[in-house]
Amino acid sequence: MNEIRDSRQVVARRWAGMVAAGSMVGALGIGIVAPAASAQAPGVTSTSITLGATVPLTGPAAPGYDEIAPAMDAVFAWANAHGGIYGRKINYVYLDDGYNPANTATLTRKLVLQDNVFADVGSLGTPTQAAVQGFLNSQKVPQLFVESGCNCWSDPKYPESFGWQPPYTVEGKILGSYIASHFAGQKVGYLYQDDEFGQDFVKGLNMELPAGAVVSQQTYDAATLSGPLSNQVAALKAAGAQIVAMATIPAATALTMLPAASIGYFPQYVMSNVGDDAPTVGPLLEAFTRAGHGSASEVKAAAGLLNGVISDAYFPPEAQIANPWVKVATKLLKDYAPSLYAKAGLDENTEYGVALAFTVVQALQAAGKNLTRAGLISAIEQSGKNFVTPGFVPLSYSTGDHYGFQGAEVVKLTTSAAPAVTPTGNWIGAIPITRVQVTNVGSAPVTTYTGKIELPPSSLVSTS
Amino acid sequence: MSLFVNITLDGITQGMIFASLALALVLIFRATRIVNFAQGAMAMMTTFIASTLLDKGLGYWWTFVVALAIGFVLGALVERVLIRPLEGKPELNPVIVTIGLVIVLEGIAGAVYGNSSRGFPAAYSQSGLVVGHTKIAFSHFDVFILVAVLLLMAANLVLFRVTTLGLRMRAAAFAREVSRLLGVRVGILLTLGWALAGVAGALAGLLTAPTSSFGPYFMDLVLIYAFTAAVIGGLESPVGALVGGLITGLCISYVGGYLGSGLEPLGALVLLMVTLTARPQGLFSRPSARVV
Amino acid sequence: MTETAPANVARAELGSTSGESPPPQHYWARFARQPLARHLAVALFGAVVLYFVTSALSPYNNVLVGEIALYVVALAGLSVLTGTSGQISLGQGAFMAVGAYTVALLMNHTQMSFILELLAAIGAAAALGLLIGISATRLKGPYLAGVTLLLALALPPIADKWSSTFGGDQGLTTTVPSAPGNINPEQWLAWIELAGALITLVLLANLLTSRFGRSFRAVRDDEVAASLAGVHVARTKVTAFVVSAACAGLAGAFLGLSTGVVSTGEFPLTLSIELLAAMVLAGAGSLIGMWWGAILLVYVPQWSTSLSGDFNLGAGMSAYLATIIFGVVLIVVMIAAPTGIQGGLRWAWEHVGKASKDWLAARVAGPGRARAHSAQLPSNRGDHQSAPVHDSLNQ
Repeated sequence: MNEIRDSRQVVARRWAGMVAAGSMVGALGIGIVAPAASAQAPGVTSTSITLGATVPLTGPAAPGYDEIAPAMDAVFAWANAHGGIYGRKINYVYLDDGYNPANTATLTRKLVLQDNVFADVGSLGTPTQAAVQGFLNSQKVPQLFVESGCNCWSDPKYPESFGWQPPYTVEGKILGSYIASHFAGQKVGYLYQDDEFGQDFVKGLNMELPAGAVVSQQTYDAATLSGPLSNQVAALKAAGAQIVAMATIPAATALTMLPAASIGYFPQYVMSNVGDDAPTVGPLLEAFTRAGHGSASEVKAAAGLLNGVISDAYFPPEAQIANPWVKVATKLLKDYAPSLYAKAGLDENTEYGVALAFTVVQALQAAGKNLTRAGLISAIEQSGKNFVTPGFVPLSYSTGDHYGFQGAEVVKLTTSAAPAVTPTGNWIGAIPITRVQVTNVGSAPVTTYTGKIELPPSSLVSTS
Repeated sequence: MSLFVNITLDGITQGMIFASLALALVLIFRATRIVNFAQGAMAMMTTFIASTLLDKGLGYWWTFVVALAIGFVLGALVERVLIRPLEGKPELNPVIVTIGLVIVLEGIAGAVYGNSSRGFPAAYSQSGLVVGHTKIAFSHFDVFILVAVLLLMAANLVLFRVTTLGLRMRAAAFAREVSRLLGVRVGILLTLGWALAGVAGALAGLLTAPTSSFGPYFMDLVLIYAFTAAVIGGLESPVGALVGGLITGLCISYVGGYLGSGLEPLGALVLLMVTLTARPQGLFSRPSARVV
Repeated sequence: MTETAPANVARAELGSTSGESPPPQHYWARFARQPLARHLAVALFGAVVLYFVTSALSPYNNVLVGEIALYVVALAGLSVLTGTSGQISLGQGAFMAVGAYTVALLMNHTQMSFILELLAAIGAAAALGLLIGISATRLKGPYLAGVTLLLALALPPIADKWSSTFGGDQGLTTTVPSAPGNINPEQWLAWIELAGALITLVLLANLLTSRFGRSFRAVRDDEVAASLAGVHVARTKVTAFVVSAACAGLAGAFLGLSTGVVSTGEFPLTLSIELLAAMVLAGAGSLIGMWWGAILLVYVPQWSTSLSGDFNLGAGMSAYLATIIFGVVLIVVMIAAPTGIQGGLRWAWEHVGKASKDWLAARVAGPGRARAHSAQLPSNRGDHQSAPVHDSLNQ
């Protein structure tokens, strides 16, 4: 309690303060030397192209999504092993932002200002990428193929940004249209994540479903998700919903189906492909089956929980092991990312990564030998429609459209289909129950796709 | 009506799990006056180890017992290695050490077990019991949760009120130096307190895992609500842990069920502030005398 | 500096304004004794140094410097609240969120000047701090921790609930006022944030040397004794809360500017917890020491990228490795050096300084004089090892 500050303490304080300042300068000074400017575009040399991304590798958002970037890396490794892009090897730098937009902002500035990446490719998340959309566009750095179904990636104010996966509204419209035509007259309930993902999905549903059909709308908050969504399920049951349209992440899918089964509520589930991946949801539900420790009836109940679930798919489901794209993707992963394959196999996330990386490779090739950022953007806008990807519909890119896939087929998870075989087990497979449907984010109707569905080029099949 | 019943039953089940973890916090606080923020992460660790054992083929009940034993050992280890050196140091330091422990444990779990999605089995069927003609939101497993936590509370009560060991532990916690003078081995008993808390925490982990998204962070929210429950009940009172747990569980269930999801923490905050305004030391704490 | 220790103690007990020695003869020395002048001088010196530093750094490093500055503001406020005033708060992130959203809302809906917007952010956060502080006056240690923990958890989702106002997932964009001349925007923002940090430190330093600072410490050490001595305990505690919340509000506003967007994902519970940990690691109760804490907070995420290269680990593994190392460092420092980095530096300075002074005196004056010299040093040197962390680190 001696308030006297004798001179030693004063000096000690100031000395410590200067050390602090000095060390800080020293620590940062390491970064003072900027890389030498090259005549070529940033991130491009005669032998390499450096691409950057920010994805959640740790934290609650990481499970599953941390597989996508390594899967992309596998495709890039394959491309590099086969001559690269006009002799340039792709160097993919992906950093962990933990799904926190503040981290994304810092890391993206690092990638652009310090690491001089050529483009930001395959970064994940709506809030995270929305935080850097302005920065990337003002720096004229392409923000390509954002891993999010937000409508915001196709915006004339932000010409550098491109989406890739079907916008959630498109999914909602396709599934909504299916419900309206095949379950007419039945009561529908919504259960959706209370953010952009769920709200955009519901927007799409509402465009296709008649007003009186929806009897209950339940939401959940992803950040505070910790246990079963029993209250939401109870409310849906109380309202008598026979169809439950869901926009949920896999964890929330499991945390919906478990309490529903436990109160004997088995509605027809119609869910966004975000939350339907059997190898991801399956292990979570399997716990339900091990209750009673292996009684046969409980085990059957597990497959029964997912059996009949309706969802959508915009590239071949991984369970269709005879599909040429699935074969190609599986071989690529086995050859170029063996540890990833051993851990996860070909599940929705790794297949997503492979498909996205194919798009990247073709985009870079289309941009030509003289690789510039502006050239890449116009190459995607001009030739994006012709890229050969596992997607059922062509990418919709044009000067006015940066959305990506705007079509999908409706699938049903069923025990009568061949199961998806992964290192963690065999999980229920999926079969298509409609032809591929196309629509857009706006008011266009949902129509059947009549175009060609591309097979992998023979060069890919033979050399992979 | 049935919605109300289901929401209430759900709140009770959740509340019992909170009570179990809150008991762990109370045991530690009583013994060493520290809030162990790592209790949830420690429970997560024991549950992950249990999951590995299950994968290797060990039966569920054997795994259950082993997990509790590991919780015991882990609690003792943490006290001896990390907390004992802090005796006499400022009271903020153990808080930071336990926070550091959370970071380390969650990092290890993330690195070793990866981010793969996995489930954890429940002790009994999670299918709802049938009352009348409807299945209610209360399953065999929920009954097990209720019984297990009550047994834990009862064992705790018996230990502390009836046995000599419990008396010694209470003495060691209440008046350390005097107990030492009277020959009580204070150090060992503090470690024992942490070890027993570790068992309660491990139980909470095993009861939570089947119905959660089982990953390195699955106990985080449970810990926060358990802390709330312990504070509401009074950080020194095991009965308070039980009552606080039930109140918190019900509050969260009603808020989430009737007002909308995402508002549960706000509901818990309001509950906490209302309780502490009326009784700043929690519901069941003895009011401390003003020292003048 | 020639008076003996007992005389100083007597003067402090009699309540002289600063408890220091009688004003020395020289004008400059008297000037240097005034706390405000001293703090301003240090801040000015710091400003000059930082000007040259930021001008020499690359744009990305200026981004990091700016972030360090904003965390200094948040940590300094927390240091006053928890270190000096003894109230544990696990909710600093909630006040930061209030400041950030205030600034973002004003930027999107009004034409207010930038400075006014910052002041509004500070004010809004301070208002919440007032509310929480008032309800928390009767709460002790862990009970207060529980309330602030829940506050940090409960507040951000409110923005998600009313997403049309608060921007939902995409958040609300912020705009930094344009830089004058051709200063690059990263450097300009770093200057703004550094100015904020220096001003905050000067204000807090003055606060702590004033009677408010003494009241804070008195209430922390013994509430009853403080109350008997005439300190209004509740008012003091609330003041500390308001001050800390105001700092967090400014820091939150800066975080919003730095990120470019304000959304709830920027304020997870881990933010509040990391702030507390970094503050204690840096030295609870200190102000200038908070630069260490801020440096840690900004650099830990950077480690993982370099680790991944060094050890050739997968990116996910190395990210977890970085957090494991951070946690271990936290534990080890808390056990080995409870007064944190700043306390450790101070200890080192005093012991190295004393040892070298002894050595020097022995060389110069011979054995007798050296012994007399060391007898003059105050005996509270020993306090530094075992005193409560807050005691030895006044600003």
